[in-house]
Amino acid sequence: MDLNFTPEELAFRDEVRGFLRARLPRDISERMHRGDHSHMRDDIENWQKILHAKGWGAPAWPVEFGGTGWSKTQQYIFETECSLADAPAQLAFSIKMVAPVIMRFGSKQQQEYFLPRILAADDWWCQGYSEPGSGSDLASLKMKAERDGDDYVLNGQKVWNTLGQFADWIFCLVRTDPSVKPQRGISFVLIDMKTPGITVRPTKLLDGSHEVNEIWFDNVRVPVSNRIGEENQGWTYAKFLLGHERTNIAGIGASKRELRRLKQMAVNQPKGSGTMLQDPVFASRIAQVEIELRALEITNMRVIFAEAKQQAPGPEASLLKIRGTEIMQRITELQVDVLGAGAVAWAADDESSRATPTYLNQRKLTIFGGSNEIQRNIIAHMILGL
Amino acid sequence: MDFSFTDEQQMLLDTTRRFIAERYDFEYRNRVRASEAGWSRETWDGLADLGVLALNIPEADGGIGAGPVGSMLVGNAIGEGLLLEPFLASAVIATQAIVELGSEAQRAAWLPPLASGELIVVLAHDESGTDNTTATRDGNGWRLDGRKSATYHAAAAQLLLVSARIDDGTLGLFAVPSDSSDMTLQPCTTVDEQPAAAIRFDGVRVEADARLGDDATAALQAVLDVGLAALCAEAFGAMDRILKATIEYTRSRVQFGVPIGSFQALQHRMAEMLMHLEQARSMAYLAASSCSDPDPAARRSALSAAKALMGQAARYIGQQAVQLHGGMGMTDELDVSHYFKRLLAFELRCGTTDQHLEAYREQLQVSA
Repeated sequence: MDLNFTPEELAFRDEVRGFLRARLPRDISERMHRGDHSHMRDDIENWQKILHAKGWGAPAWPVEFGGTGWSKTQQYIFETECSLADAPAQLAFSIKMVAPVIMRFGSKQQQEYFLPRILAADDWWCQGYSEPGSGSDLASLKMKAERDGDDYVLNGQKVWNTLGQFADWIFCLVRTDPSVKPQRGISFVLIDMKTPGITVRPTKLLDGSHEVNEIWFDNVRVPVSNRIGEENQGWTYAKFLLGHERTNIAGIGASKRELRRLKQMAVNQPKGSGTMLQDPVFASRIAQVEIELRALEITNMRVIFAEAKQQAPGPEASLLKIRGTEIMQRITELQVDVLGAGAVAWAADDESSRATPTYLNQRKLTIFGGSNEIQRNIIAHMILGL
Repeated sequence: MDFSFTDEQQMLLDTTRRFIAERYDFEYRNRVRASEAGWSRETWDGLADLGVLALNIPEADGGIGAGPVGSMLVGNAIGEGLLLEPFLASAVIATQAIVELGSEAQRAAWLPPLASGELIVVLAHDESGTDNTTATRDGNGWRLDGRKSATYHAAAAQLLLVSARIDDGTLGLFAVPSDSSDMTLQPCTTVDEQPAAAIRFDGVRVEADARLGDDATAALQAVLDVGLAALCAEAFGAMDRILKATIEYTRSRVQFGVPIGSFQALQHRMAEMLMHLEQARSMAYLAASSCSDPDPAARRSALSAAKALMGQAARYIGQQAVQLHGGMGMTDELDVSHYFKRLLAFELRCGTTDQHLEAYREQLQVSA
């Protein structure tokens, strides 16, 4: 047992750090640090192009598709260092979600067309899963796809499409057979967002941001050749995808970055004759979350180590999701609490202009990607055998 | 980064577990608990035969030198079995003190009989409030005065290692035979059912060669840190076992015509217990891999983090295990209540959860 990185892993970390220092554009990292999302699309795309030029565009992909061949530990180090350096997160919908499905179940033509475009940031992908009546119970989805010659004709509505306003393509779960058990009648299709009949409407969130959308499909014609794999097998592909969404699910790097910021905020915030970091009550709350993060970092590495031996991510990912999101939410709470009444005036041009909306926004963490209650069900059924 | 154990380490865990499963079931433990000594010589000899008592003795001194990871794995098994024998007190803490501070002659005299189980040694260090134990020069030797609070397995020991303040400001560690005159033991039983005793020294006289090393301040802290890591390992074993028992119970206990484990309110509680357990396991690993770190600040920080988190995990898992067992969790008859009490003692010993959280808080720094 050795909790430390090997010399090779440390050398790799230094290489990543050196690359980030040299190649991550300062204006991008500063916007990320400020919580300024005004250039989000350009920032994510430009950073993806820089990573791609280095050959690091999709760390987890197999080498044959343009991946790096890195170990799980190296991927973890890379993502953690990117987060700590205020790099924009790579677009998960493209790289971590639709791409693995295309690789595993897509046709040769689909692979040859889409994968290089994802790597080079030519296409922006969004996800069409949830519907107004189908959230946690996703298999109940109703969006219709009816066969008409070589096309499907799509009618229905998708919701919570993160950054769909920038999307060139959307991958959707659609109902191709309403007569069978819900899971059996679903297909996985790829849709060009420029197709006539698609309407994207913003869903304004509590922090004032435009991060998610609802998308309406009105007689949208999609070539059958844009279906992934077999008709009515979409649920299998969706479950496969879920396993891949989770490699960085604990968000250790992002939580470390925000904890670092929190402690700096506490040092800058006077309390009596000292600072908030010297205030026993407040500092205890920081200590508590730092300790839990320290434990989760080890738990995460244990899961990576086990995965490296057994390949597929196991139900332990649920544990990482729950604890990781709880920790990040507590850090953002403390970032608001440290400012006290100063956090109320969120339009002011200081830390409060970031901390307050960030706190509000991060409430999503325990809701999306399978709510934490669903994750507890998974733990109870899959790990505890209840 | 490597979370695997060597074949030797795995074998150590397996043989200790098997020994406990075969020789130390709950009924046997009840008999040991009811006996006058409160611990089992027979079990102790068995542990010696397994080599478990030589784990912390370096190979050069005739031991196994299994290090903190070896202690952790055996500690897990001992916590799972709720053993009442002085493994932690004698085979880990006192042994480590002799290894760290003992002279050639002291090591040669004490380590071999410690390994064979013939000799039991206990560190008497904890004091409550103003009971400062002092050592005063007395001719060639020393005179000890003062009190130590309840010390686990003090009555079982033939030799006590007593820490005492010296007037030059240093801390001395003195070997005191248990049959010394002017020393009084006041026996008690701890909440986790182990024999202990408060100790009073009224001018106990020891020779010059009874002292281990010079100023023991730093070395004693290192010894206590190794002990803390092993205590964490025992607590993890107890938490692991009590959660398994709780899952089993809720699967077999039928109410309203179904196993109560089918209710989501209970399932989510147990999912929460599992997350506490896995975080605690990570911290038991951290404690084992940090407890011999030569940098005291890094060591203390890691151990305080581990003890604070594991103390919270122990409280949650222990309380919920009793709750989910319903009335049965309240009984002396079922093992759950005994695990619960072992975990309570863990929370309070070697620095409480709050004390370690405070220690961690005091060293918080803005990171680069």
